[in-house]
Amino acid sequence: MKHLPLILLSAILLSACEREDREYRSNPVTAETEEKIALVPLSAGPSGPTEHRSGLGKEYEENAYHIAQGKKFYVWFNCNGCHANGGGGSGPPLMDDRWFYGGQIENIVQTIREGRPNGMPSFRGKIPDDQIWQIAAYVRSMGRNVPKAAAPGRNDDMHSGPAEQRRPPGEVIDGGQVPPAAQMPQ
Amino acid sequence: MRRISSILLLLCLPLAGCQGWQSALDVHGPAASSLARMFWIFVAVLATVWVLTMAALLLSLRRRRAADADPLVTDPGTERRMTITISAAIGLTLVIVVSLTGLSYAAQKVLFAHKDGTLTLLITGHQWWWQVTYEDPQPNRVFTTANEIHIPVGEPVLIKLESSDVIHSFWIPNLTGKMDAITGRQNQIQIQADRPGIYRGQCAEFCGLQHAHMGLLVVAESKEDFERWRNHQISSAIPPSDAEHQRGMEIFLSKPCIMCHQIRGTDAGGKTAPDLTHVGSRRYIAAGTLETTRGNIAAWIVDPHGIKPGVDMPTIQLEPNEVQPLASYLEGLK
Repeated sequence: MKHLPLILLSAILLSACEREDREYRSNPVTAETEEKIALVPLSAGPSGPTEHRSGLGKEYEENAYHIAQGKKFYVWFNCNGCHANGGGGSGPPLMDDRWFYGGQIENIVQTIREGRPNGMPSFRGKIPDDQIWQIAAYVRSMGRNVPKAAAPGRNDDMHSGPAEQRRPPGEVIDGGQVPPAAQMPQ
Repeated sequence: MRRISSILLLLCLPLAGCQGWQSALDVHGPAASSLARMFWIFVAVLATVWVLTMAALLLSLRRRRAADADPLVTDPGTERRMTITISAAIGLTLVIVVSLTGLSYAAQKVLFAHKDGTLTLLITGHQWWWQVTYEDPQPNRVFTTANEIHIPVGEPVLIKLESSDVIHSFWIPNLTGKMDAITGRQNQIQIQADRPGIYRGQCAEFCGLQHAHMGLLVVAESKEDFERWRNHQISSAIPPSDAEHQRGMEIFLSKPCIMCHQIRGTDAGGKTAPDLTHVGSRRYIAAGTLETTRGNIAAWIVDPHGIKPGVDMPTIQLEPNEVQPLASYLEGLK
């Protein structure tokens, strides 16, 4: 009887040992989530462009497992062939703040799915949709547009720069806007 | 008595694992045999020491002490006998420790001795499978396979071990001891099989969720059989022979399969997942998890995460009528 409070306390502590519920299986029925994004904030007429985002992005870009998987697939599918380790090569850099086609995760997903002019191929039907989301989440982590705790802290091989986790948090400047770097000094 | 005998029986149960399939005591190679010899000598010597110690302990417990012996009164005869006994015990301990150390050193000399062989393999550990590259001075005779290695009997085979993600450990208990595969460096180990046979190996360093399902198979065969196997593995995949296989190949090439897998002789050129050029000729799929049958291949494609949760093989979009031709085509890649 004397130990009852102790046992109860341990039981309460144990109840906190909840494991992250990891989703390995993607839904094999739905091909891909529906995202309707605007590439630039401009539109004809007074109202802004219409957008529809499924809201799935948050799940991916706040989850360390998904970002780590994305980091692996980024190399597997040869994204680094053009974008290097985020600094860009024949493809644009991914770790800076400028996004021609928008820097939200849905925009990046659509860019990977659809391809973009001047060389970005379309990976729709080539990469399963959940892996596209994982890659997009990793791309977001390059400029530290994801929570610090979720960004990768290590590399499987030599580091090309500070780990994503140690980079300063970035901000996204979408296409159609003038980034601060390009503004005239006042 | 009943309790003791049931405890003894329980203790004997693990011994049943000490034979045949994947046992370090069922030796088929020189390295494993020197390890097993060392193991048995250690067991014999240490068991003898243990039995003697226990016997001495029991004896001293049973001996009756003299009624009221005064510790300050000593008998020179007893004193001398005690000195001799204790010095002998210390001397014997020293001899045993030194000779076991020597034995262990001698066994290591055998284990790490480099013998010249003709065959060199590069084995890369991945989460959770083994990539095997047969090296050759002629570049067109280099080929890559997965999870099943063939070696000629009686020849030392040099194995270079690398890892692409985390630390793995290469272990074929019947042939040799363990060697770690570590990222960023290359370890080497030699294996040799003295008798033809199939020996199972296993990753021996915890490497993640599916560590237990990271097996590999070593097939030791005669020199002629090995050369025939190697020449076949070097060749490209057999072109589909009938309509069903043709359809299977078209499905394979139009799906995300090609992003990771390679089938030499087709457009599929992914290099990050097991090479499937001759997947039908291997005994197991998914790193020693399932036997290679059409049903198992279909099950693996449809739901890899039901079989190995967490594996990188994704669930891909397939129509129900696409599964059969695809599995049939892959099974036919002998």
